Amino acid sequence: MKLDAKIPSGPISEKWTKYRSTVRLVSPANKRKLDIIVVGTGLAGASAAASLAELGYKVKAFCFQDSPRRAHSIAAQGGINAAKNYQNDGDSTYRLFYDTVKGGDYRAREANVYRLAEVSANIIDQCVAQGVPFARDYGGLLDNRSFGGTQVSRTFYARGQTGQQLLLGAYSALNRQIEKGQVEMFARHEMVEVVVIDGKARGIIARNLVTGELERHGAHAVVLASGGYGNVFYLSTNAMGSNVTAAWKAHKKGAFFGNPCFTQIHPTCLPQSGEYQSKLTLMSESLRNDGRVWVPKTKADAEAIQKGTKVAADIPEDARDYYLERKYPAFGNLVPRDVASRAAKEVCDEGRGVNPTGLAVFLDFRDAINRLGKDVISARYGNLFEMYEKITGDDPYSTPMKIYPAVHYTMGGLWVDYNLMTTVPGLYAIGEANFSDHGANRLGASALMQGLADGYFVLPYTIGDYLADEIRTAAIDTKHAAFEQAEKDVAERYKLFTSINGKQSPESFHRRLGKIMWEYCGMARNAEGLTKAIAMIQDLRKEFWSDVRVTGEINAFNPELDKAMRVADFIELGELMVRDALTRNESCGGHFREESQTEEGEAMRNDEDFGFVSAWEFTGVDSEPVLHKENLEFEVVKLTQRSYK
Amino acid sequence: MSKENLNLTLKVWRQKGKKDKGGFETYKLKGVSTHASFLEMMDVLNEQLINENKEPVAFDHDCREGICGMCSMYINGRAHGPQRGTTTCQLHMRHFEDGETITIEPWRAAPFPVIKDLVVDRSAFDKIQQAGGYVSVNTGNAPDGNAIPIPKADADEAFNAAACIGCGACVAACKNASAMLFVSAKVSQFALLPQGQPERKERVTKMVAKMDELGFGNCTNTGACEAECPKGISISNIARMNREFLGAVLAPGN
Repeated sequence: MKLDAKIPSGPISEKWTKYRSTVRLVSPANKRKLDIIVVGTGLAGASAAASLAELGYKVKAFCFQDSPRRAHSIAAQGGINAAKNYQNDGDSTYRLFYDTVKGGDYRAREANVYRLAEVSANIIDQCVAQGVPFARDYGGLLDNRSFGGTQVSRTFYARGQTGQQLLLGAYSALNRQIEKGQVEMFARHEMVEVVVIDGKARGIIARNLVTGELERHGAHAVVLASGGYGNVFYLSTNAMGSNVTAAWKAHKKGAFFGNPCFTQIHPTCLPQSGEYQSKLTLMSESLRNDGRVWVPKTKADAEAIQKGTKVAADIPEDARDYYLERKYPAFGNLVPRDVASRAAKEVCDEGRGVNPTGLAVFLDFRDAINRLGKDVISARYGNLFEMYEKITGDDPYSTPMKIYPAVHYTMGGLWVDYNLMTTVPGLYAIGEANFSDHGANRLGASALMQGLADGYFVLPYTIGDYLADEIRTAAIDTKHAAFEQAEKDVAERYKLFTSINGKQSPESFHRRLGKIMWEYCGMARNAEGLTKAIAMIQDLRKEFWSDVRVTGEINAFNPELDKAMRVADFIELGELMVRDALTRNESCGGHFREESQTEEGEAMRNDEDFGFVSAWEFTGVDSEPVLHKENLEFEVVKLTQRSYK
Repeated sequence: MSKENLNLTLKVWRQKGKKDKGGFETYKLKGVSTHASFLEMMDVLNEQLINENKEPVAFDHDCREGICGMCSMYINGRAHGPQRGTTTCQLHMRHFEDGETITIEPWRAAPFPVIKDLVVDRSAFDKIQQAGGYVSVNTGNAPDGNAIPIPKADADEAFNAAACIGCGACVAACKNASAMLFVSAKVSQFALLPQGQPERKERVTKMVAKMDELGFGNCTNTGACEAECPKGISISNIARMNREFLGAVLAPGN
């Protein structure tokens, strides 16, 4: 199969405009006869479901949480980028496009990114109209701040709860359509299979998480907005329920998986405190606007802090190493996430970490508080400081925060073309679930932008191009043999889980998988470790299928059973990620191969051999996947080795 | 400094389903780190139960950073436990004593039926939002974001109301199982903003009617909702909603 990204012809700034003016349309009379399933109700899913319903399509939306408002987009803190140039600081569509391609270390598709930058301004307008209470200045106009990896202020925010406010906006739009009867909402439902008939996605099998029943839902198109798969690492900033199951089932049904190894490790998270740890909490990157990152210059001082015989205040100014400011004077503490994370790992590997485990660096607000006053800092970051104190018991106004990188976001995801369609016709992937816009590293405040761009402004156009051919297809019959078979397969899998009667909980397998992934496929990777990891994950999979213990009943509310399904899928995904990382023998963005670095230890890209998107085809659990390559062509941006110095 | 590890007795509400009567079970838990969160303590309990081949305790949780609103435990007689302004997932074990007995129950309110153990059905909250918790604006027909300046004070006040996470602690804490704090937060957000004006009267009328229909009680100004709200939503929103409601139903044409 040859990959076709279906990028429209013409100059980059005209592609989307031309596409919108010429894409095929579906008449209102036909739209009401077409069903669309949307899986996931985060920013991408909720905005897509609402917008498609507004157009007149009949939408069924699914989420595993008890309400669509709880999707993990809600936890995004910092903000959303948009090329509004309200600050008159030289921002433009082109600059946002350029920053995103560069920030992604030249592994994203130019045309998609340009479109993203183009629609970014519309998102802000739409959200304001919905009543999203963005931060405003005293003149009543929208306020902005700057974020990592950029030199302009283009980030819109709602205190430290931007994701929450944007999601509640999308949720309100969704609610309006539910009230109108245009969207049928299925909360506490998990998609556990895609149904493909004659090569096209025609529906899903969903588990009603309350009753345990398997349900069949048919549709003319299926949209996956099921988020990222950072929880493959067990410890991440993702919500506990975030999982890869929907995307993985789609992959096993023929959807290629793009760049699975591209994982974002976020530099500002709370360090792990013990074995019982269930997740890692993010502290918004916006903190790096005013906080200074440092460790002691000497190992001796660091060791004293680790032992508790010294505290941060005991280290005099000239004995502190503000290593980001030292190494990257142009961007300082605002270097992109991958660069900041690796730098933290480096100083901790040198033994200069600052908590008992040696895996933490300081994020210090002392100078900002002296310069601006406690009130200003409190207005900017009050809720974050409060959260930090709740979790750690330390007061960041008087003592520096301790932070360490943690898995946060996955740039990889289902491969999609310009239409956001996967390699299975009629199956779309939007938001974090697809691979498209962030290349090998996502810039701060760009996830919210992409999720809402896909849902509000891209998919509602592109899906019409496919559905225009479906206007003669009657409502999908869920009695079809393909539904029958899919339901049977799923039911058997559940039966298998409960019949193994082993000794270890799904959770314990998940934790072990996470350790393998973090150790060998985390912030630094090498061929030897990756090769070893493949074997380890395969062994873990065998052990899982012979020794997992799933308590409770199948036809009942049973979180253990849900977890077992998710962990089984994570184990399979983990192996694919490791294979992808092994294949990509270059360093780019969040993917750092130790074999590919400069003399100074900076990441070294290899455009000649790896200037492509990896799109993996599933061939069976026990057989090796097949790698397809989408070559990336850069017509506008000139490829350079990223420098933030 | 207290002990780093706690030995605890947990009295946990177990209930198989909606129709089951349910009752407390008592569990002993040893060596719980004071740095663990309350839900991590529950994870440790569940791992212990699974090892004993017993069914773990079902409880709702997701983001574990205090924003999704999914966690919902009644701990020692208080919604989300003893620490003010804190969700259960953000509550840490350093707030408990070694040897303590902790009682854990689900939200108890007629409109929130128990699904299993500590998990309740809060879909009534979604239904209230569907009745009118939105501005009717289709995708694509929004004016420029800066077209209407909004005084900072109004925007900030709207934000304070919009910060509600929909967890239901207000209902669980209220002796009348009133949802007034929850509903008034959304009504206030839109009443304070110019975008909310065209549907201002219709919105409050519909949302209040839906709230009554779903069996939530009335407000008798006890203030338990505000005291237990993990996000500090002010009870003054209820006063605002009452004004909005009166203004709407007394308006000409109604």
